[in-house]
Amino acid sequence: MAILDELRRRFGGAIVETDDHRGDLTAVVTRDALPGVLAYCRDEAALAFDVLMDLTAVDYQKFPGREDGPRFEVVYHLYSIPRNHRLRLKVRVDEDDARVPTAVGLWPIANWLEREVWDMFGVRFDGHPDLRRLLLYEEFVGHPLRKDYPVNRRQPLIGPAS
Amino acid sequence: MAQTTRREFMLGEGSGTGGGPQNLHVGVGPAHPAMHGIIRIASELDGETIVKADVEIGYLHRAFEKDCEQGGWNNAIPYTDRLNYVSPLINNFGYASAVEKLLGVDVTERCQYIRVIMSEISRICDHLTCIGASSMELGAFTVFLYMIKAREFLWELVEDVTGARLTISYGRVGGVKADLPDGFAEKTLHAFKQTREVLDEVHRLLTGNRIFMDRMVGVGALSREETIGYAITGPLLRAVGVPYDVRRAQPYYVYDRLQFEIPTRTDGDNYSRYLVRMAEMEQSMRIVEQALASIPSGPINVDFEGRPIDPAAYVDRGKQGKTEGLLLLPITLSPNLQGQQRAEVSRVNVADKRVVLPPKANAYGSIEGLMNHFMLIMEGYGIRPPAGEAYFPVEGANGELGFYVVSDGSDRPYRVRCRPPCLPPLAALHRMIVGEMVADLIPTFGSVNMIGGELDR
Amino acid sequence: MGVGGFFTSKLDEAIGWARKYSIFQYPFVTACCGMEYMATACSHYDIDRFGAGLPRFSPRQADVLFVVGTISHKMAPVLKRIYDQMTEPKWVVAFGVCTCTGGFYDNYATVQGIDTIIPVDIYIPGCPPRPESVIDGLMKLQDRIAAQTQRY
Repeated sequence: MAILDELRRRFGGAIVETDDHRGDLTAVVTRDALPGVLAYCRDEAALAFDVLMDLTAVDYQKFPGREDGPRFEVVYHLYSIPRNHRLRLKVRVDEDDARVPTAVGLWPIANWLEREVWDMFGVRFDGHPDLRRLLLYEEFVGHPLRKDYPVNRRQPLIGPAS
Repeated sequence: MAQTTRREFMLGEGSGTGGGPQNLHVGVGPAHPAMHGIIRIASELDGETIVKADVEIGYLHRAFEKDCEQGGWNNAIPYTDRLNYVSPLINNFGYASAVEKLLGVDVTERCQYIRVIMSEISRICDHLTCIGASSMELGAFTVFLYMIKAREFLWELVEDVTGARLTISYGRVGGVKADLPDGFAEKTLHAFKQTREVLDEVHRLLTGNRIFMDRMVGVGALSREETIGYAITGPLLRAVGVPYDVRRAQPYYVYDRLQFEIPTRTDGDNYSRYLVRMAEMEQSMRIVEQALASIPSGPINVDFEGRPIDPAAYVDRGKQGKTEGLLLLPITLSPNLQGQQRAEVSRVNVADKRVVLPPKANAYGSIEGLMNHFMLIMEGYGIRPPAGEAYFPVEGANGELGFYVVSDGSDRPYRVRCRPPCLPPLAALHRMIVGEMVADLIPTFGSVNMIGGELDR
Repeated sequence: MGVGGFFTSKLDEAIGWARKYSIFQYPFVTACCGMEYMATACSHYDIDRFGAGLPRFSPRQADVLFVVGTISHKMAPVLKRIYDQMTEPKWVVAFGVCTCTGGFYDNYATVQGIDTIIPVDIYIPGCPPRPESVIDGLMKLQDRIAAQTQRY
């Protein structure tokens, strides 16, 4: 909880919501404040979040009660080895403006994790050096983890005809 | 076909016209001789030295996260088996624990001990496979045969408990499928004795071996800052000297009651990773032996008459309506269904009827059991965690394996995310191999222990 | 037919016998079935006693293509290319249910059976198949190899 108080004290209104459900500290941040919050989390000695454990996204289009809100929520799981504490940061973006500033400058692993979010959800990361697909072949059309992509859509066979 | 980025890389600098030396483009993979298959390392060589490398993954993408959203919460368990398929039990239990965290239930103590025992056996199998396969790629074929022989001893144990060797689907939300069979402790201790003999032989073959050390010492090293920056955890992080282990940092199940060490080295090269893995196997065996010694047995259902009855006759009596005293009768089950008796199933599953299926004897013997079973199986009903999200990290064989589950209150997961422990080392692989010779790629890649199912999900 | 037919059929049998006991397989391993393939190939279940103990990791040197593990759409062109690079006579074994029909991966990323891409001789179902199933499949493959007739 001290972490969330510290973030609220430092960033004020940029921290839109905080939560402590089941022991997981969570903070929802505005997109413009995100680079500052991430850098603060990594560099501030009391927080010292030196590991970006996970960077993923959730598509809230079919969530009961949130169908009309911002569609994508990009989720950052941070962990601190020296202090042994965790934090979850979330950013909400709309479907027609699905862009989030990149975290590559802070943690090099963000390069691949952001490529995967782009691949699966179609959320762009501004400032990413090389945003291309990670898990699917490059000619693939669509972003499969979106809720409107059917799970068993058949694909054309790709590759040079033999 | 549109100019893809793969082609841009291959047609980029180094292959223009004109004279002068050019770098050689070698594509390693995706059909690899090493049993890893499915990675393409598009490398640019200057003589034997790797100048640039681009690692391309995704050749085993099987849509795990999308498939998990299609069925009930327990339906995702077989998909989690196939994530890290050399240590499937750890994935099962990690996912089940994430859902249990969301539900707010704690599993029984005996179940926690069983989960610890099976996770550690799985971890030993993973390290055996990793060291075996990477030694084979260096030419030490004997070591591979010995390691697989040891793995067979452990797989016989796993088969006794779960019924299958590899894709076991043993964990359930709220517990495990069935209790341990009789005689498991003696069999395990015997198997460990044989495994320790194999590890001793492998130590004598590899650890001081001049050829092995020449190929592994100083090769593929990564600095401590880069290891942490790339979020690498597990044996690779411990090989650079950071003693981070989820079992020690955020203990789950009964790991806080068990004594074990966390082996670390400081060099961060392939040889250190090999030594860390060999030491971890010994620590895992130590954990299992302690757990077997202190596992609680729990209460056993004592019936009033004690006459066992054949299961078919039991079901017939239930269907005919002769149900007085039926719930108290024990049933003789076939030896292949060990651990499925009423008492044992309730010893290892949480006593929460919104989550766990009742034992078959209750489902056939009483109307409450039947209704409970129906409500958990039928579509639209089932396990319904409250809306919310939870992240649960466990220590996988390659590092921190985390499951992030989001629920919308219905009987299907809304989002299941697996944080793969072998993705960060692959993201950092180009840093490990640039500047090394092309033959050093093989031991480096082997020591990273890439498991395709987990990497590409 | 006459005497000539007798000699060619004996020659067919001899060639078939020699081929079936000298299988050089290309284990195209991608996923979990690879673990069971390793277990079958190693000391406990040993396919070396069937003559199939030497995997060749080059398609030019192999005659049986063991497709082991799920084939995704990204991997399919690679599989086709490897199959095309193998020289005759060649056989294909679909090891594991993901290669037979796609398994339980009925989704956008998985090829629903490799027989949509390449012709398959033996299907070994199972997820993963037990080593006994693999050996049974291998023995059926041997019967098929031995029964091939040659064209002279």
